[in-house]
Amino acid sequence: MRDSWLLFKRSLSDFWKTFRRNRMGLIGATLVISAVFVALFAPLLTPYAPALVIRDEAGRGLTYAPPTVHAPLGTDDAGHDVWSQLVYGARVSLMVGFLAGFIAMFVGSFFGILAGYFGGWVDTLLMRITDVLLVIPDLPLMLVLVATLRQMDLKISPLTVLILVIGLLYWTSTARLVRSQVLSIKERQFVARARAIGAGHVHIIRKHIIPQIMPLIVANTVLILSTAILIESGLAFLGLGDPTQPSWGTMLNFAFDRNAISNGAWWFYLPPGLAIVWVSLGCVLLGNVLEEMLNPRLNGHHLEGEAKIVEMRANHG
Amino acid sequence: MSRQDYLLRKFLLSLVTIFVVVIVNFLLFRILPGDPVRAVIGRNVRISAEVQQSLREQFGLDKPVFPDQFFSTMGQWATGNLGVSWSLRKPVAEILISKLWNTLLLIGLGQILSILLGIILGLLAGWKRKTSFDVGALTFSLVAWAMPTFWLGIILLAAGSSWLGLPTGGIVSPQNVGKPLYTVLPDLAAHLVLPTLTLTILYLGEYMLIMRSSILEVLSEDYILTAKAKGLTQWQVLWRHGLKNAMLPIVTMIALNLGFTVSGAIYIETVFSYDGLGKLFQTALTKQDYPLLQGAFLLLAVSVIVANMLADVLYTYLDPRVKAN
Repeated sequence: MRDSWLLFKRSLSDFWKTFRRNRMGLIGATLVISAVFVALFAPLLTPYAPALVIRDEAGRGLTYAPPTVHAPLGTDDAGHDVWSQLVYGARVSLMVGFLAGFIAMFVGSFFGILAGYFGGWVDTLLMRITDVLLVIPDLPLMLVLVATLRQMDLKISPLTVLILVIGLLYWTSTARLVRSQVLSIKERQFVARARAIGAGHVHIIRKHIIPQIMPLIVANTVLILSTAILIESGLAFLGLGDPTQPSWGTMLNFAFDRNAISNGAWWFYLPPGLAIVWVSLGCVLLGNVLEEMLNPRLNGHHLEGEAKIVEMRANHG
Repeated sequence: MSRQDYLLRKFLLSLVTIFVVVIVNFLLFRILPGDPVRAVIGRNVRISAEVQQSLREQFGLDKPVFPDQFFSTMGQWATGNLGVSWSLRKPVAEILISKLWNTLLLIGLGQILSILLGIILGLLAGWKRKTSFDVGALTFSLVAWAMPTFWLGIILLAAGSSWLGLPTGGIVSPQNVGKPLYTVLPDLAAHLVLPTLTLTILYLGEYMLIMRSSILEVLSEDYILTAKAKGLTQWQVLWRHGLKNAMLPIVTMIALNLGFTVSGAIYIETVFSYDGLGKLFQTALTKQDYPLLQGAFLLLAVSVIVANMLADVLYTYLDPRVKAN
């Protein structure tokens, strides 16, 4: 146990040594972590409650007040503070994105391991399911599902419906990735040896397969997160969010429906979109870098050969 | 696997997928709470109990869901009868067809522009790997990918209407509504600029990235080294050996992107009040017009599935390696 902990610590510090030299990865991590901090410490960062109506001296609600009148980001059509909504919106957007992403990760890894390890009809069935899901246009399917599920009397909140529908539709890419990794790992020597000394399937999967594919699953999950956050914003923009818990997408839905554009209220429709780009870009940068580090692919091609050789010679002095 | 086998497999898979879509569509409609007779005549129409009962019998709603209702619904869908819209009080199929061309026009324009630009820019980016052009192209694709489609539309709408004076919505100006589109081409073009631009930016990044990684892969093949060793110039290598081989994944990606294209149309038509299937879908959603929503979903899903299959067929003709196998 102690040995594996030390090994883990060493590989983590090795990882950090490579990672900290990667500018893209650092930028991505900074974007994601800062957004998570904003969401966690929302009450400390906001001078007003998000649902509070800001009023002028005469007691009238300040609607569409520009940032020059009401700092820092003005007010919306109902006189709410945009900055506070933005900060609290981070909680909803990130929560939906993270939970949906984790569901997709668990379902995808589970089916991927099952298919890759056992093969046979399990594998065939799984691959056909992913084939089918891959071709059905996802947004229309999700819209129909969410709309129907919300109409039914299920006693679950609109956000839960969103999380479940996104999570249960976006596991296929993870499943395919995990499956292909498991296929190659299970042919390796150490798995054959473990089997030879009588290790069971569960033991082999837990002790030999999962530790090997974990890094790739982490990288893939970070990428899935950005998809989940983008999808959530889109569904919320189309009116399927929870109006009582507005996410960034819900804010944009309000801004669009209540004529923020024709009123020139850029402080209402720009910040939520920028926030979405901030987080999803962060996840993509981070996810790509992690994937590249853990899954090294081609590093060059034949038309840039000369430069490389010169460079190598120069480096060798 | 021979080509026939491959195509047969793709065909069967498409059939299975369409079957799944049809089943999902049928089931979702049945599990909705409330009286299904309302689904046919609209929610707010007042009718007597006897008329309701006779309608119920007429539509077979007094029979069990399976097999009677299932097969009669399948029969109706197969003959193009998708029910009647609650909000528009017209047959769903008729409404869908009237909006189909507008959407095809918008999607077609956006796709053609983005594919052409994507191939050229992606090729250059991959060839000039790690130059500032490449970094710029990569950054653009990344940001375009990370940006919500509808938000990009909102920004272009705000900027284009206030700075360039472009129309903010619709497919033609109010005074031209109802006229045949080819008689009001300048007006139509002005309305198409912003939505098409949004679509192009949205898809361009994706195609550029695919083309870039595809050309990178091709350029690291041994036959490129051979071509170079023969003494061909960089342009010759790139044109004769690189581009042709690198184009193949684009065909697959166009097919895989079709679903994504439909999503883009829903967002962009909503933002620009563009009178197509996407806007219709969004209207059906907000008005909870289930027959319309189900019909639109059926049409969009089946067309994407069929188009996907056609792209697979095309691919087998383009890639000589599939033939050889």
